[in-house]
Amino acid sequence: MEKSSMFINKILPARQPGPVSPFRVIVRKEVGDHIRSWRFIVMLLLILFTFAGAMYVSLSNIRQAVANSGDPDHLFVYLKLLTTSDNSLPTFHIFISFLGPLLGIALGFDAVNAERSNGTLIRLVAQPVYRDNLLLAKFYGALLVVGVLFLSLVLLMIGGGLLFTGVPIELAECLRVMAFVVLSVVYVAFWLSLSICLSVLFRYAATSALTAIGIWLFFTVFYQIIVNMIMRSIVPDAAYLPEESVISFNNLFLSLMRIAPSQLYTDAATTLLMPSVRSLGPLTMEQMAGAIPAPLPFRESLMIVWPQLTGLIAATTACFALSYWLFMRKEIRT
Amino acid sequence: MDHPIIQLEGLTKYYGRVKAVDNLSLQIGKGEIFGLIGPNGAGKTTTILMLLGLTEPSAGKAMVCGINATRHPIPVKRKVGYLPDSVGFYDNLTALENLQFIGRLNGIPEHAITDRARKTLALVGLEKEMHKKAGAFSRGMKQRLGLADLLVREPEVMILDEPTLGIDPAGIREFLELIRQLSRQQGLTVLLSSHHLHQMQQICDRVGIFVEGRLLVEGNIDTISSRLFGKEPYVITVTVREDLSARPALEQRLRSIEGVQGVKVAGHTVELSCRMEITPEVVRLVVQEGLGVTAVQRKAYGLDEIYQRYFESNPKMSETHGKVQHVYQ
Repeated sequence: MEKSSMFINKILPARQPGPVSPFRVIVRKEVGDHIRSWRFIVMLLLILFTFAGAMYVSLSNIRQAVANSGDPDHLFVYLKLLTTSDNSLPTFHIFISFLGPLLGIALGFDAVNAERSNGTLIRLVAQPVYRDNLLLAKFYGALLVVGVLFLSLVLLMIGGGLLFTGVPIELAECLRVMAFVVLSVVYVAFWLSLSICLSVLFRYAATSALTAIGIWLFFTVFYQIIVNMIMRSIVPDAAYLPEESVISFNNLFLSLMRIAPSQLYTDAATTLLMPSVRSLGPLTMEQMAGAIPAPLPFRESLMIVWPQLTGLIAATTACFALSYWLFMRKEIRT
Repeated sequence: MDHPIIQLEGLTKYYGRVKAVDNLSLQIGKGEIFGLIGPNGAGKTTTILMLLGLTEPSAGKAMVCGINATRHPIPVKRKVGYLPDSVGFYDNLTALENLQFIGRLNGIPEHAITDRARKTLALVGLEKEMHKKAGAFSRGMKQRLGLADLLVREPEVMILDEPTLGIDPAGIREFLELIRQLSRQQGLTVLLSSHHLHQMQQICDRVGIFVEGRLLVEGNIDTISSRLFGKEPYVITVTVREDLSARPALEQRLRSIEGVQGVKVAGHTVELSCRMEITPEVVRLVVQEGLGVTAVQRKAYGLDEIYQRYFESNPKMSETHGKVQHVYQ
């Protein structure tokens, strides 16, 4: 308890000697609560284990990966650490696409309804604090914890890679890794925002948790099956279709799939961590003609993933705006 | 009232089509303890929430220390300490940490928070429990902690919604005495909401009876009582050591006292209905008769009777609706 307080004081130092703003006070409390909570510790252990497993597999195979001159990305050692696998274990970003939503849900599913049922919400809003600050502080506090967690993991990965390979990290690699961290945080932020919204909407924490997990299950398991079924029912045999129609159906399929946040995340993470990925849609032979299989500069990769990134940010903002609207309109007693 | 601390003008609140508070106008002065009395669902908590700017009135305005609570809720919240009916604390934090958190939210400087929190906990009798987790506290202890939570901010106005819920009888007495002391010593204005009438009678300078969102009557309890029951007979009961069945003349002599309307003698007690207060004359006569007086009781019309009259037995209550009766001393 004392140690965690010291940690919080280090990352969120209170301004001395004047009073701290109420927003910062709530953020500090939220960070402290998350760090001490069992659900976060369990999620942290799960992510640490998967990270350790993915790193072990990629470090075991890194020699072959960087020696493969046929791979245009073979010189990006640190990106290879995040993407190399021998198929025994998924790569780290695939794990995050599964565990990230659970982390977001775990940190936000009872953000408001637990305060309401414990009787602390009315006590909080009776203090000289703006009501929206409360919601924002809950979001920001959880996001800070997620950000610190992901940043620590990639720094651990870079440190481990440096010790193991002795190869210094390039600026382009560092930028890509940091962009991956930002992307992962935004991805978790969406699920966090959604679960906070559900915690405002539903009176009981169990209802909001089950609903959030239901939405996650739907997008993770059932959504792809449903989209495949729809496409199979509306697309005629591709062998009889002209090229434009095939491309158009393919684009439709991808557009439908990109409604799922996990698809947006996987698309963007793959592009950021594999510099040779040039497009996230179908390419014609004409477009491919003359293209040299070389890695793209970071800026170009960022432009490719920009729609995915802004899509995730927009979804997060929409969920947060909805929770804000619901929270501000809801009577404090109900 | 020259400078009221709390001023409500035509305050009205609708929840959908339901009128929770109906055209409420009220003034509470500095250092006054005002009690809002009414059954559940009368609109007491809604009124309190409007006073704190936590819910918007449909019409009218609520002013606290001269500040409009709806337009400027933050300055109002800085001046008002609120103890809700079911106060909650962060169970994973100790009593001291809970108060420190509230202190920080209220902008109390870091160096002063702990000292102030300790002093406040000592004031409410929780100094030994300050390092205990709030989750381990009983309901009564939580209410005390709630009072400490409110006092740590050093407010000008205290709003207490059913503050004695869950406290044992001895604790209630202490709790109410503490509120009275704070009001008297620090000039705190207190707005108390409850349906425990005897507690309100113990502590309040003035009360307001609230029903279906309407304030039916407000004023000092004695004044309301004499206004309502002014025409009722005074009932004096005298208990003596001797058996009165052997003294048939006593009844006749008591009837001769001016103002006596009726006398009932039974066993060791004599009960008189009178037009006015004649207790000393009655006692004097009983003593002259050579009887040993063991008890004298005069029936008083307190808040219980006032409440009964308004809520249960007044057939004309509906006529009173909408017309607040201001009863001042």
